[in-house]
Amino acid sequence: MDAILFLLFAAIAVACGINLVVQTHPISSAISLIGVMGALAVLYLLLGAEFMAAAQMIVYAGAIMVLFVFVIMLLNAGAEKKRNTATFAKIFGVPALVGFLGLVSFLIQKEMLPRTDHVKFGGFVDKDGKALGTAEAVGNALFTQYLLPFEVTSILILIAILGAVVLARKEI
Amino acid sequence: MEFFIITAIKAGLVAFVLLTLAAYLVWIERKVLAHIQLRIGPYRVGPHGLLQPLADLIKLVTKEGVMPAEVNKFYYLLAPFLAVALALVSISVIPFGRQIEVFGYKTYMELADVNIGLLLILAISAVSVYGIALGGWASNNKYSLLGALRSSAQMISYELPMSIALVSPLLMANTLSLREIAEAQAGFYFSVIPKWYIFQAPAPQFIAFLIFLIAAFAETNRIPFDLPEAENELVAGFHTEYSSMGFAAFFTAEYVNMVTISALATHLFLGGWNPPVVEPVAGFIPTLIFFGAAFFLFFHGRQSVATRTWDRFTFPVFGGVFLGVGAVFQVPMLKEALGPLFWFGAKTGFILFLYIWVRGTLPRFRFDQLMSFAWKFLFPASLVQLLVTGLVVALKE
Repeated sequence: MDAILFLLFAAIAVACGINLVVQTHPISSAISLIGVMGALAVLYLLLGAEFMAAAQMIVYAGAIMVLFVFVIMLLNAGAEKKRNTATFAKIFGVPALVGFLGLVSFLIQKEMLPRTDHVKFGGFVDKDGKALGTAEAVGNALFTQYLLPFEVTSILILIAILGAVVLARKEI
Repeated sequence: MEFFIITAIKAGLVAFVLLTLAAYLVWIERKVLAHIQLRIGPYRVGPHGLLQPLADLIKLVTKEGVMPAEVNKFYYLLAPFLAVALALVSISVIPFGRQIEVFGYKTYMELADVNIGLLLILAISAVSVYGIALGGWASNNKYSLLGALRSSAQMISYELPMSIALVSPLLMANTLSLREIAEAQAGFYFSVIPKWYIFQAPAPQFIAFLIFLIAAFAETNRIPFDLPEAENELVAGFHTEYSSMGFAAFFTAEYVNMVTISALATHLFLGGWNPPVVEPVAGFIPTLIFFGAAFFLFFHGRQSVATRTWDRFTFPVFGGVFLGVGAVFQVPMLKEALGPLFWFGAKTGFILFLYIWVRGTLPRFRFDQLMSFAWKFLFPASLVQLLVTGLVVALKE
């Protein structure tokens, strides 16, 4: 069941990712990106990281992408015109892709990629079998082990907010 | 396998009840609004217009669905589907009552008890703006686009105070599961004042409730915050170009969202299914209310006005139904399941009534007022409220 769901949503994520690049209209691309993020949230859920899944939906698929869509609508951006592809891409595009995929499959076969034994469906637990993906566990980690990075990030965001306010004030 | 069957049955039941409720909410809204404005409201279809929702449904289904020429077809068709689907999903984590036993099978009166229940509702409400935004954009109409833009801006802005306001009950309950939050509010102070979070130590929870309620009005695009569909500025806003079932989908989504958010407010602040008075008394109140309504109807059925001849039949019939319902609440087997359901429904219904009441009372905001209200008043107020609550919770421990 887990494997089927994983394959389904991984396929959706990849399909949306390809669609994001192929589409010419910015709105279609933005919607595809939402699709990628939603599918990723399901993958987080499959791994047992519930809080991450919810945060992914609220922050990325919700807040950030709404802003993207909002700006695209506000600017009323139309579809891109198809131009002739660059000669460089014409010549080297397909060989480079084949080479890259070959390299990846070679690495997988030789087991030279980072080991993934500890990644299990719903098995995001510590040594004692306590779940690490719940809101409680994430909160605990943020306010004890990772307090400094957390505070530094919040100050960074505060600076960004202040910058936005200063920039906006000039206009008024 | 058993799990799937039970869940499918429950999902079907919840969807049916919810959609019927949404349809009748429209009838109740029209009735209440009419009485606020000294009219009588729907009256022709069925006794007291009770079959009006059915008539509306038939009308909407049989009308021609017009698709304008220059729309973006894919998103134009996707948008109403998205709106109604997301609205229906978020009800799945809301519990309606305690554990019940049906044919020897124990089950909770909810579809799914996930331990991130509240976050799930927030996530879905964050995504549900796309239905409106895409619908307005794909219609290729300036009014629709303006409605969609207003709606996105409004929903992003009001989501902040709403999320912050609902953190304070979470702080006090120390869980994200809505069932546990509701159970944490059981009990009474001096066996008079219920321990609902709205009454809890000291005032800030009432403020949180108010902030949540105001933001909820904006999130569901209701008067006084219905700028996305302000009919005297934007024709009908984001759903101007939708007819037939497309329009019906947006309409249903709005009412289902109202029900969901009222249920959420009930769980977070009004004690979920916990009765407002101590137990032996609380068990008789539903029966008393229904019996009272029944006798009221019998009384009025006897002396109905000559122009309303139907009342002679319909009033006693409904009186009989109410008597039966009131008696059911005293059956010992059903009492445990129905009691919580009644209180939960009553509180949710009260908030829904509040929606209609406000619609009949307040005029619409201007868009800049709406924005400055959210960012300059509601957001700082919710932050201060959260700080105070956090301090109180920290001092208690």
